[in-house]
Amino acid sequence: MRTITCLLGAASALGLAAAVEAQQITVATVNNGDMIRMQGLTSEFNAAHPDITVNWVTLEENILRERVTTDIATSGGQYDVMTIGTYEVPIWAAQGWLLPLTDLGDDYDVDDIIAPIRAGLSHEGQLFAAPFYGESSFVMYRTDLMEQAGLEMPEAPTWDFIAEAARAMTDRDNDVSGICLRGKAGWGENVAFLTTLANSFGARWFDESWTPQFDQPQWKEAMDFYVSLMNDAGPQGASSNGFNENLALFQQGKCGMWIDATVAGSFVSDPENSVVADKVGFALAPDRGLGKRANWLWAWSLAIPAGSKNADAAQTFISWATSKDYIALVAEKEGVANVPPGTRTSLYENAEYLAAAPFAQMTIDSINAADPTNPTVDPVPYTGVQFVAIPEFQGLGTTVGQLFSAALAGQTSVDDALAQAQSVATREMTRAGYIK
Amino acid sequence: MATQETRKLARVMRAPAIFLLLIWMIVPLGMTLYFSFLNYNLLNPAMTSWAGWFNYQYFYTDPAFIQSIWNTLVLVLGVLVITVVGGVAIALLIDQPIFGQGVVRILVISPFFVMPPVAALIWKNMIMHPGYGVFADVAKFFGMQPVDWFAQYPLLSIILIVAWQWLPFATLILLTALQSLDGEQMEAAEMDGAGFVSRFVYLILPHMARAITVVILIQTIFLLGVYAEILVTTNGGPGYASTNLVFLIYRAARLNFDIGGAAAGGIIAVVLANFVAFFLMRAVGKNLD
Repeated sequence: MRTITCLLGAASALGLAAAVEAQQITVATVNNGDMIRMQGLTSEFNAAHPDITVNWVTLEENILRERVTTDIATSGGQYDVMTIGTYEVPIWAAQGWLLPLTDLGDDYDVDDIIAPIRAGLSHEGQLFAAPFYGESSFVMYRTDLMEQAGLEMPEAPTWDFIAEAARAMTDRDNDVSGICLRGKAGWGENVAFLTTLANSFGARWFDESWTPQFDQPQWKEAMDFYVSLMNDAGPQGASSNGFNENLALFQQGKCGMWIDATVAGSFVSDPENSVVADKVGFALAPDRGLGKRANWLWAWSLAIPAGSKNADAAQTFISWATSKDYIALVAEKEGVANVPPGTRTSLYENAEYLAAAPFAQMTIDSINAADPTNPTVDPVPYTGVQFVAIPEFQGLGTTVGQLFSAALAGQTSVDDALAQAQSVATREMTRAGYIK
Repeated sequence: MATQETRKLARVMRAPAIFLLLIWMIVPLGMTLYFSFLNYNLLNPAMTSWAGWFNYQYFYTDPAFIQSIWNTLVLVLGVLVITVVGGVAIALLIDQPIFGQGVVRILVISPFFVMPPVAALIWKNMIMHPGYGVFADVAKFFGMQPVDWFAQYPLLSIILIVAWQWLPFATLILLTALQSLDGEQMEAAEMDGAGFVSRFVYLILPHMARAITVVILIQTIFLLGVYAEILVTTNGGPGYASTNLVFLIYRAARLNFDIGGAAAGGIIAVVLANFVAFFLMRAVGKNLD
């Protein structure tokens, strides 16, 4: 027994020694296209930094969130670089769970980061995460089907027009749905989309004294609109479709319109993966004439947990992955239209990119149109467009997402789902001490 | 013959193992009990404080609580019925001497070797999916509207998946029981003019009673904790339609990061499982004497 312990001890000591020599960092990231691309370029990073070994943990969005949140809240120290979003960064930075990014290198040019995104990733003026790609949401539509339906997409459509067009484009015999929207439960899935929809309908999560607002007519109007539109013009099994499922549907030509992340612009217009690449048009997210459009703001970003033992190597990696050079590298290897979008102003001043990426101008306009500090028609006590930036939102948002998903599947009525959402939200907020 | 001395020695020799097992059980249970009385949320560690019974109250007043208990029971009973009835039937079939018996038996048993998440993913994407699934193709072939299984019949879909996984287990146990049945007895009954039904009811079934009991007990233990299949297919939804007690605890622990609430849920689940086990043992346990 004792010899085994000794051997184990020796082995771990050796392991530690080896780790000091060639630093190992573990990067946790999402299985989205741009991240997969980054993983594919690891050898380029190794060529520039041979002393750092990168281990990848690539996970589906919901699972990733669960893992990294557990790890950081328990100081697990499994990861050196975490991929997190604009929701987590300010909350975690305030808890002291993230290391500030102070040493990104001289040619990093922090001021080049797009202003709303940089603001979202900072806490008390200090940058705590570097954006890998930034996104808003917009309408992607099939120009050929729109023409067939005898309609013309305006640059800034209203919800009424979208609904009309979706119903006109639906062709059940050929398996074409007029519109594909998120239905899969999760605060980062259907709740993200539905919150922006609700914002544009004048609804809000909480009033200024943190009372949940699901019992208000605006929510009912928004949800009725969503459920009836999806029933008339949505795809089969919509209640389990998230970003990736809808992307696959759109790329196979089964959707007339799709309102989702701007980052999808490069995927749907990539001829290798999309059969409709040359027939895609883009428009701003719809509104209802109340002054708020249904577009969100999000940036998948790289941050270093406070418990990381290889913080320097991690920072080197982050600096590489979010630099201008990385963008140039992807442009050289994969084509300029496929670079990670929405992080740097310089990219949108690059004429070559603007010419190659038909969605580029619409992306930057959408990002600049989102206002996280003032997301709703009526005033709210929280920040965040498609989320509420409080720690309790993850759990609450997912539960509410389940209820909305049930309403879409026809398991409950919209009224029941909203009533249940109201009671769940009241319960959670009371427990967390927001409602006195 | 055991003398006083050797018995004492045996006790001393046993002690470390038993002590280790005890620690193995007591420490997690004790910690769970302790956490269940704390206000402890991982996302807000600064707010940790003593909660008294609040976590329990909060957990059982959860709008999903009653439904999750109901779903747990439906899931366990549904799978038990399918596997026991189906297991008896398949065991009877593959007990017959047929060509390629060995291969057939391996094929029948193989679903048990597929890990739950993999099985669930295959069912989700390749069998029950309303767009790409085999069921959808069959429905389209007959000119019917494909069924969106996980949206329309979420709990039934999960019962089917879990039953598919556990059917081989039931079949295996029941088949061995069937093989130990005395052939002469069967022949005698046949000569006396007993038809298949009477032979099945008066000979085969009583002979298998013990094996069926074992199947029910072992499966209940595992089925009370079904979780992976739910996570990868419906995620407990839509609404709470396929949330069982385990999934509710998972939700508290991993989505709300509410350690106190999840611990209280865990203790409630332990109590309930013991409750079920108690009645189950009374109902079917007498077969084991």
